Order: sequence, then C-alpha cells, then structure tokens
Amino acid sequence: MMEIVLNVLSWILLSAGGVFVLIGGIGALRMPNLYTRMHAASVTDTMGAALVLLGVMLQAGLTLASIKLGAILLFLLITSPTASYALASAALLAGIKPDAGRAADETRGP
Amino acid sequence: MTVLFGIFLLTLLVITAVAIVHTRNLFVAVMLLGIFSLLIAINFFILDAADVALTEAAVGAGISTVLFLGALALTTERERLGTQHRWLSLVVVTSATLVLLYATFDKPLFGDPDAPVHQHVAPWYLEKTPEYIDIPNVVTAVLASFRGYDTLGEVFVVFTAGIGVMFLLSAHSGGPGRRKREASGIGLREHLIPRVVGRLLVPFILLFGLYVQFHGDFGPGGGFQAGALIAAAFILYALVEGEDRTLAALPQNALNALMVCGALLYGGVGLAGIVLGSSFLDYSVLSADPVAGQHLGIILIEAGVGMTVTGVLLSIFHAFAARDRI
Repeated sequence: MMEIVLNVLSWILLSAGGVFVLIGGIGALRMPNLYTRMHAASVTDTMGAALVLLGVMLQAGLTLASIKLGAILLFLLITSPTASYALASAALLAGIKPDAGRAADETRGP
Repeated sequence: MTVLFGIFLLTLLVITAVAIVHTRNLFVAVMLLGIFSLLIAINFFILDAADVALTEAAVGAGISTVLFLGALALTTERERLGTQHRWLSLVVVTSATLVLLYATFDKPLFGDPDAPVHQHVAPWYLEKTPEYIDIPNVVTAVLASFRGYDTLGEVFVVFTAGIGVMFLLSAHSGGPGRRKREASGIGLREHLIPRVVGRLLVPFILLFGLYVQFHGDFGPGGGFQAGALIAAAFILYALVEGEDRTLAALPQNALNALMVCGALLYGGVGLAGIVLGSSFLDYSVLSADPVAGQHLGIILIEAGVGMTVTGVLLSIFHAFAARDRI
C-alpha cells in the first residue's frame, strides 16, 4: 500500500517536472528577446529540476542515493540563479537593452 | 527501453555534430561542443561506463569549454571562410563515410555477449582482480595496474601537451613586466552574488575532487577526473577573484612542480618495482603482502596522475589568461 502511494506521488512529481521542463523549452524558443528567454529557461532550472529530483528521491527511498540527489538539488538551487545573474549582467554589459516591446537583440544588428 | 534512449541520444549527438560543422560563429560552436560532450557522457553512462562518463563530463564539457573560451578571447568569434578545396574534401569525406559504413556490417551486434571485446581479456580481468588486487572497481585495477604502461603513456602525453602549450603561448610575452593590464573591471569581481557563491563553492569542489581522487579504488573516479575537478575549482576562483589572486594562492612555480612531480612519481613507482626485484610497474613488491603492495602502488600512481593533470590544466588556463588580445 505504502509502495503504491510512493509510486503514485513520484509519478505525479516526475510528470509535473517534465511539464515544467517542456514549458521552459517552448518559452526559450518562442520568447522575443534574451531576457524573456532567460526568464522562460529559469523555469527548467528551478521547478523542473526540483520536481524531477524530488520524484527520483521518492523512488530511491531513504538511501545514500537520495542524500546525493538532495545535495545535487541544493547545488542546483544555489548555482543556477547565480549563473542567470552572471548571464544577464554580461548581456547588459554587451549592450543588449531590456526592452519588452520588441525583439531587442534582433534589432541590434550583427 | 535503454536501446531506445540510446538511439535518441545518438540522434541528438548527430544533430549537434552537424550544427557544430555548420555554424560560422565559433562561440556557438564551443557551446555546442559542450553539449556534445554532455550527450556522449550520458551515452557512456547508459553503457555502464561510469568512469569514462565522469571523465568526459569533467574534461569535455567542463575544462575544454573554458579553455576554448580562453582561446576565443584571444582571437575572433567568426570563422574565416576557406573554400578552395571544397569538392576534394567532399569526395574524401564521402568515401571515408562509405568505407566506415561498410565496416560496421562486420562488427558484432550491440550488446552481443559473444563479441570479441567481451571474450578476449575482459573475463580474465574480472576473474583475477579480486585475487591479485582486491579492489571493487575493476576499471581502476585495469587502468592503474594491469595496463599501467598505457596510463603512464597518457600521463606523459598530458605532460608534453602542457609543456607544448606553455611554449607556444608564452613566446611573445616573456620577460619582466609583461602584464600591464589594469586589474579592475575584469571578470565578475565587482559583482557580489557570483563572488559570494563562488567563494562558497570552491572548498566543496576541492573536497569533491579529493573524494574522486582517493575513492577511485571503490567507485568511478581516479586521477584524471580529480585533476579536472580540482583545476575547475581554481578556475572558478580565478573567475570570481581575478587571476592575480589565484596565482598568489597557487603560483606558477608550484604548478610546474605539480606537473613534473606527478609524472616523476608515476615513473618512480614503476622504477621502484625494478629496484625491489620485479618488473617495471609491478606494484606487488612494494609491500610484504602483494595485494597491499598493489593498493599502495595504485594510490601513488593515481596521485601522480592527479597532480600532473591539475598542473597541466591550470598552466594552460593561466597561459591563455596571461596573453594580451592579438
């Protein structure tokens, strides 16, 4: 009984994580400029990765593997916002204006 | 299911490879090369080759990308067009592809237990490792002891490559006072968030590198992977704190010493085998108990590999960083 509950829970978490990754991917393709694309891709880093890892942790149970997965989750939650920050500030330094109205990086020219 | 996943990954691999060849923007090509390495690392992993997957992820996707970016910072982002011998190269590539395709028909099927690679020496290694060396990770036993010559050769290749790159890149910039670049405004030094996170992560990456180094007997890992990880920690430190402070923490002399001492340690352990009355790179005579001698020898030569790889990778990184833009 317990096993079925755990399996159903982990399935729900894994599927929800997959949906978030898909949304992030579509957003990264369809959004008009760099900053909005980064915003879409961050869905993959946070919700997508967290839900998938939690789902896999439920499958692994209370073992060393789930502790390692927890460490990976913590690592991702610290590093991916930092990477996004560095990417955004690099883009700002390179002269890409955050302009929501139009595709800023496409009108910038080569 | 695994086969399906493998086919999916290989398809992505081919798409990435075509994209790398197709793009004229070298920055894009470097990023795609990183993706290529990650994909092939996953592929190695589903083939149960965890050691190779770890190496590919650490070296291919991590350090090589950084070194390529360092090279790009010195040159330009656009590939120069050179289209003189297009037809000739097309003919060569097509015929080579056809020959390779023809050759694949003679190869054993995927996962065939009767394939020569599974029947030649692999069963002997699997059977004798517990008896002769007694460590759980057979890959480390093969790499460090049974095929110690090959790994010694690899270490010297890495060593020679490091020397070569340092000679090439420091050709114009020798002499005192070569670096006149102002220290401010470079890198992420004025950004608080990457600095804090970077400082937080460096000790953990170093610790993980040492774990991979000394846990190689029991799980995936060893000197090559650990060297790449430790070098990555110092490169991260250089990114957030600047190159000067990294060189102050681990000066170039120390890196040279690491490179040389690692290779010497490996060769010295090999010679110790001869001195103690056996053959080159036979660790059994290093201790009274042959199995304990093997353990000692493997730990020593893995330490040598790790030292050389760390020294070479960091020296190449610093050599790129010290060059002014052409």
